[in-house]
Amino acid sequence: MDLGRSWALIFLIVELVFFSLAAKGFLSLRVFQMVFFFGVTVFLLGVAELFVIITGGIDLSVGYIVGFASIISSRFVALFLQTGMSTLPALLLGIFLTLAIGLLPGLVSGLLIAKLRVPPFIATFSMLGITHGVSELLILNGAVNMPKLSTLFGNGYFLYWAPGPGLSLFVRPEIPRGGFILELIPNIVVVAFVVIGILSFMLKRTVFGQYTYAIGGNVDAAIRSGINVSRHTVKIYMLSSFLASLTGIIYVMMYVKGKGDAGASNLLDSIAAVVIGGASLYGGKGTVWRTILGALIIAILETGLRVMGIPTFDKYIIVGIILISAVLIDKIFPDKTYMDTKE
Amino acid sequence: MEYLVETKNITKRFGGLTAVNKVSFGVQAGEIVAVLGDNGAGKSTLIKMISGVHQPDGGQIFVQGKEVEIHSPMDALSMGIETIYQDLALAENMNVYSNIFLGREKTKKVLGLFNVMDSQYMFDESQGVLDKLNIQIPSLRNNVRTLSGGQRQAVAISRSIYWNAKFLIMDEPTAALGVAQQKLVLDLVKSLKDHGLGIIIISHQMHDVFAVADRIIVMRRGEKVGDLKKEGTNPDEVVNLIVGSESVV
Repeated sequence: MDLGRSWALIFLIVELVFFSLAAKGFLSLRVFQMVFFFGVTVFLLGVAELFVIITGGIDLSVGYIVGFASIISSRFVALFLQTGMSTLPALLLGIFLTLAIGLLPGLVSGLLIAKLRVPPFIATFSMLGITHGVSELLILNGAVNMPKLSTLFGNGYFLYWAPGPGLSLFVRPEIPRGGFILELIPNIVVVAFVVIGILSFMLKRTVFGQYTYAIGGNVDAAIRSGINVSRHTVKIYMLSSFLASLTGIIYVMMYVKGKGDAGASNLLDSIAAVVIGGASLYGGKGTVWRTILGALIIAILETGLRVMGIPTFDKYIIVGIILISAVLIDKIFPDKTYMDTKE
Repeated sequence: MEYLVETKNITKRFGGLTAVNKVSFGVQAGEIVAVLGDNGAGKSTLIKMISGVHQPDGGQIFVQGKEVEIHSPMDALSMGIETIYQDLALAENMNVYSNIFLGREKTKKVLGLFNVMDSQYMFDESQGVLDKLNIQIPSLRNNVRTLSGGQRQAVAISRSIYWNAKFLIMDEPTAALGVAQQKLVLDLVKSLKDHGLGIIIISHQMHDVFAVADRIIVMRRGEKVGDLKKEGTNPDEVVNLIVGSESVV
């Protein structure tokens, strides 16, 4: 373990110690779960960005795709409810359609990048503008509310326990006001980590992941090995766009209403998470779980500051500083082996 | 003995320039042929017509006695003609066995649902081909980035052999290597003869050429100006042919 590779873990521990001492009430199950609850956005967007960054690209559109998806999903669900559909099918259909449409921005930027050689920065920057504009257009007459069922799920827990009713999955048992109840693992955290687990498996163990590393490591080698590089590149941007849409759906389940700039500030977070997690912006390097470590550093920072009562915009300043530090540490202690990309 | 790969009057023009003019030569199985020439003499163009990068404007190519048309590098590969480029086409961020199987990964099904890479199989097979070629690499799980230049060259060669190359084209195989590494690669190339491969080496380094080649072909201004057995020639004669003070065909 040299400093270049383990500083993120050390930083995480220092951060935990600091907030435990400085923020009263930080050391509790509730706050610990809050870190993960509010961290879901950064976890998912960080992993979306990771796949793109491993191929040597960048996706600037993830933040505004979150907003776009949060708005169209609530629109769809409201529309289906109007036609007399009952809540659960309306929700599921709305989510399904949103995820399908959410592939489009990635498809467009992927095609621009892979077929027309548009730099990823420009292609995804344009998608940022377009999705933002469309979101604002859709919301001109005000945002619509998601049904109560969605909000219950978005803010609910996987497991409840209370004296009397005992254990209960998903459904919060009725308890007397002020009575004790144990709430374990927010639903959206369960969803996020199932998705993240699948993505980690894909990156590490499947041909899809192998091609992703190969393209970032040596695109000429990938082409000469017969890998269809442009098709894989399109898939990568579609995956990123898909994960951003999923994040948008989760957002609207948490906050009831969609918002055009719902994930706008998370673009910085997601790129920072990937870089803090040791990935290289030149491509070829990075893992899902190290990105989650990077995202966790940001999520702890956000929640810690919130518990201390410090305004959240201070977070952006600190994240900006950590991001620059991460890049500098990488330069000062270069990882010559890249051993952590694969075992 | 029949040639493994043979060209007859092969010609390539780029606009008004004739890069390769009616060149005929052949390489037998178990033979190493070096192609020498100054910059712009047409060596690369000649080789690229065999590896499928360029299509000839005239002449014929024969593989194992049969006339063929090679339209793309993939065509060449399917005929067992592999080219090892100077940059080796390795993904340095990936480990050795992943590189040997790059683009042709072996997968297995888990739970009857997903295809996952069969790393153990790829590891074992890669170890097998390295052992067969007597190549020592500390661990196949190390990334190629950690290997020396000679070891990387060896990995690129092993990949070709594993995928049944019959004919190897090597572009400046020792150009970027130190002396010890050069020897390692040259020894490996010589040992490939015993596996029945035909090999073309493009090189600037007279020492390499005389160390491994059985035959030397000299190109000048798109034409073949020399086709010499190594035993019957010496570096001085070859240099004279390259710069153009004599011609021995």
